[in-house]
Amino acid sequence: MFYLIGLLSVIFFALAISVISKSIKLNKSLAASDYTDEALDGSNNANAYGMIIFWALGTIAGVWSFMVAKPDFLPIAASEHGLRTDSMFWISMAVVTLAFFFTNTLLLFFAFKYRYNKDRKATFYPVNHKLELIWTVIPAIVMAILVFTGWRTWRDITSQAPSDAVVIEITGHQFGWYVRYAGNDDNQLGNYNYKLIDETNNIGIDFTDKNSFDDFTATELHLPKGKPVLLKIHAQDVLHSVYLPFHRVKMDAVPGMPTKFWFTPNMSTDEMRAKLGKKDFNYKLNCTEICGRGHFGMAITVFVDEPEDYAKWCAEQKPFLATNPTYLAKVPDNLKMKASKYIPAEPVAVDSAAAPAEEAVSVN
Amino acid sequence: MSTATTHAEEVHTHAHDHDHEHEHHELNFWTKYIFSTDHKTIAKQYLISGILWAFIGGSLSIIFRLQLGFPEMQLDWLRPILGEWIDEGGKLDKEFYLALVTMHGTIMVFFVLTAGLSGTFSNFLIPLQIGARDMASGFINMLSYWFFFLSSMIMFASLFIETGPASGGWVIYPPLSALPQAMPGSGLGMTMWLTAMTFFIVSSLMGGINYICTVINLRTRGMTFTKMPLTIWSFFFTAILGLLSFPVLLSAALLLIFDRSFGTSFYLSEIYIQGQALPNMGGSPILYQHLFWFLGHPEVYIVLLPALGMTSEIIATNSRKPIFGYRAMIGSMMGITVLAFIVWAHHMFVTGMNPFLGSVFMFLTLIIAVPSAVKAFNYITTLWKGNLIFTPAMLFSIGLVSLFISGGVTGIILGNSALDINLHDTYFVVAHFHLVMGAASFFGLMAGVYHWFPKMFGRMMNKTLGYIHFWFTFVGVYMVFFPMHYIGIAGFPRRYYSFTAVGNDGAAAFTNMNAFISIAAIITFTAQAIFAWNFFYSIFKGKKAPQNPWNSTTLEWTTPVEPGHGNWEGEIPAVYRWPYDYSKPGSDVDFIPQNVPFSATKSSNLPEEEAEIAKENEIEGLLGAQNESYNR
Repeated sequence: MFYLIGLLSVIFFALAISVISKSIKLNKSLAASDYTDEALDGSNNANAYGMIIFWALGTIAGVWSFMVAKPDFLPIAASEHGLRTDSMFWISMAVVTLAFFFTNTLLLFFAFKYRYNKDRKATFYPVNHKLELIWTVIPAIVMAILVFTGWRTWRDITSQAPSDAVVIEITGHQFGWYVRYAGNDDNQLGNYNYKLIDETNNIGIDFTDKNSFDDFTATELHLPKGKPVLLKIHAQDVLHSVYLPFHRVKMDAVPGMPTKFWFTPNMSTDEMRAKLGKKDFNYKLNCTEICGRGHFGMAITVFVDEPEDYAKWCAEQKPFLATNPTYLAKVPDNLKMKASKYIPAEPVAVDSAAAPAEEAVSVN
Repeated sequence: MSTATTHAEEVHTHAHDHDHEHEHHELNFWTKYIFSTDHKTIAKQYLISGILWAFIGGSLSIIFRLQLGFPEMQLDWLRPILGEWIDEGGKLDKEFYLALVTMHGTIMVFFVLTAGLSGTFSNFLIPLQIGARDMASGFINMLSYWFFFLSSMIMFASLFIETGPASGGWVIYPPLSALPQAMPGSGLGMTMWLTAMTFFIVSSLMGGINYICTVINLRTRGMTFTKMPLTIWSFFFTAILGLLSFPVLLSAALLLIFDRSFGTSFYLSEIYIQGQALPNMGGSPILYQHLFWFLGHPEVYIVLLPALGMTSEIIATNSRKPIFGYRAMIGSMMGITVLAFIVWAHHMFVTGMNPFLGSVFMFLTLIIAVPSAVKAFNYITTLWKGNLIFTPAMLFSIGLVSLFISGGVTGIILGNSALDINLHDTYFVVAHFHLVMGAASFFGLMAGVYHWFPKMFGRMMNKTLGYIHFWFTFVGVYMVFFPMHYIGIAGFPRRYYSFTAVGNDGAAAFTNMNAFISIAAIITFTAQAIFAWNFFYSIFKGKKAPQNPWNSTTLEWTTPVEPGHGNWEGEIPAVYRWPYDYSKPGSDVDFIPQNVPFSATKSSNLPEEEAEIAKENEIEGLLGAQNESYNR
């Protein structure tokens, strides 16, 4: 295919050059007649036919290219609001394609039909208020309908997330995403502070907040199917944008300004795999706001699990505090009791006993 | 025809016994061609700068299209030009890819379609079409070009610095553009970008003030606002848009300069980058976006309106028919101008801005589609029952209308915030704005050049080459941007170096289509060489232009073939009628120029126009006052 295209481009290129050189020659030999100020020359009809040929070939190319491209479009939306926006998208697309086709047809057809004819005089037709009123009002009505349905959908999508929504935090950075879950004990994310970021605690989880104790982090995004999910989004360095193409979710990640987006995934990874007939298919979370060199590769894998699988996966995850017990030192004294229950028992504690002890001293 | 010729003769005889004071001093090379205060020379300076920029901006896009269309291609052969930007593997550097995208956008939007289009034709046509000897201030007009030139030089130089030019996208959103540690292009390259844009804005404001003053104050006697050609209306609205919105970009840029160089926190807050927590607190990157798009959206109309204005003129002339709905056209442009200021946040639906604001801007955005639709219908009706002469300018104008529609309709989808969620920052957006503002305005620019070339250089461009240029460009533009919609619908984000990480087997999908787009882009770009050759060759060797090559009604064609300083050798003609008296019933010629009084065309006057005859003496009586104003 690559060579075919290469060949094709060479041919086109040669064709273009030959046309140019030919026309330059033509220009030199026909210079006198070519520059006439007569309105009518032989090219006038040729250009008029060009319009109608362009219309015909363009229509064919438009329909054909749509059929070719269709299999690569995003498949059916994997979220509830996505189903709504998708159907609205295709309805709007049908309306605008109709308008596009109708007006372009008139334009090119008129250009062809009313090509210069020395026996005819153009019609002096400067104004018709009725016509103008018609084509002001009709687009206005169509637009009003589209806007109104669009606004209702937008209002629902951006409404307050249900209180039982699963809360997940996504943090964009150059060039990747950190994911933090609210934990298995409470459905509350702890605070974070960018000044607390270090090599291990790369989100900057604030351990003075007791909600942080059970929070766990992951390098991939797991979502429960059929449950509302609230993404709390922020960025550490520059703008990023959370994009879940299959779920029709997009929201910028802004340093210093938390953003959010809630939605309900309705098709698990397995279901989508079966639907697409691709065993190794995975949902992705991409970045859609230019953020630097690695922008195009800034993606993590997304799994939509059946609710029970999701619960199981969550249960297997260890709180950040459990895997990094040294951070117990950052917990204020009055909460130490509460936090220490997340610290694993002896075997691990022995291994890293020295470190927390030292830090504890320095904090005190 | 007869009326026009006699009138032209009249002007000539007039010229001999009227020795104009301007002709006393001989201009030397510097004052005539370089530091000229003549609006026509300044227009040509803008045009030629614009054409050069267009080739630079276009070639940048070809380089990144190579990467997108042929991700496997070895680009070693570009090393003589790009040097280190081609890495050891023979691939385009990933940061330089972003720099290319950024500079392509900046150059095309500002340097080609704002300066090259508005700068050229506002300068050239306003005095000629309203009947003025020059701009209100020739000196400020000259300064305007030279500030633009300075800006151009800085922007051009930034392409060659070691850390590369600005690379944060043409919108240069902070914090990416504010932090040199975020990407090398945000270092010196961004400083130069901001400096260049500051001078650009200064230039643009000087130009805009001049256009507005000239249109308001220097119209010839009889040229009321409702007798102005639509070109002038469009330039007038464009200048107002620019005057009110460019200062906002300047403030956005200034605050960014402060953040970058003086440690302020207008746009920066809670940033941890490269292992370091920055002290900046309380700033908002969203503030920048609001300020940027407060210019950015009117900017779309700043590049589009002049193209639409010129197209109105060209379509009417070459259809041999009045423009349909002259007042509706003015009304739509006025509506677009006003609405252009209150739709900016539709670029920001998913930035985290309050969703309620999104709702408001969705309503406002879709209102602006109505005047745009009216314009499209009016163009089509102008063609209806016309007698169409396909000059290259006419072809490009028809092309503009087609592209304006094709790109415009998808705006209805993108302006719908619910649908924008999925389409924002995908190739759907790229396709949309390239058609509706990029290609459409470019076609307007080309139409303008082909149409007014005879007036600019006193010579004709080659028609056949013009036809070939048009068909290559028209077909090519559709081949480039039509398929991009599909890629956008498939959810491919823009400004991606490659699609390896996109879901849905992104790397495999659309490889052929991307290659096709790249080839189409290369062909379309190459075809512009036809234009360049035709343009520069015809300046020197084209056939001498006749007095009024397109049999047009507007005033510029009453000047000498090569108008000198002051434009008209004798008195400036008076204006009695609107500019669209083509194929008027009862008239034996198919066009009646604006300077022909109704008393001379009794056979074709409409009933209400008979009343205008009484006002002719009054209009003539203003001659003294008009001359007085130039001698002050």
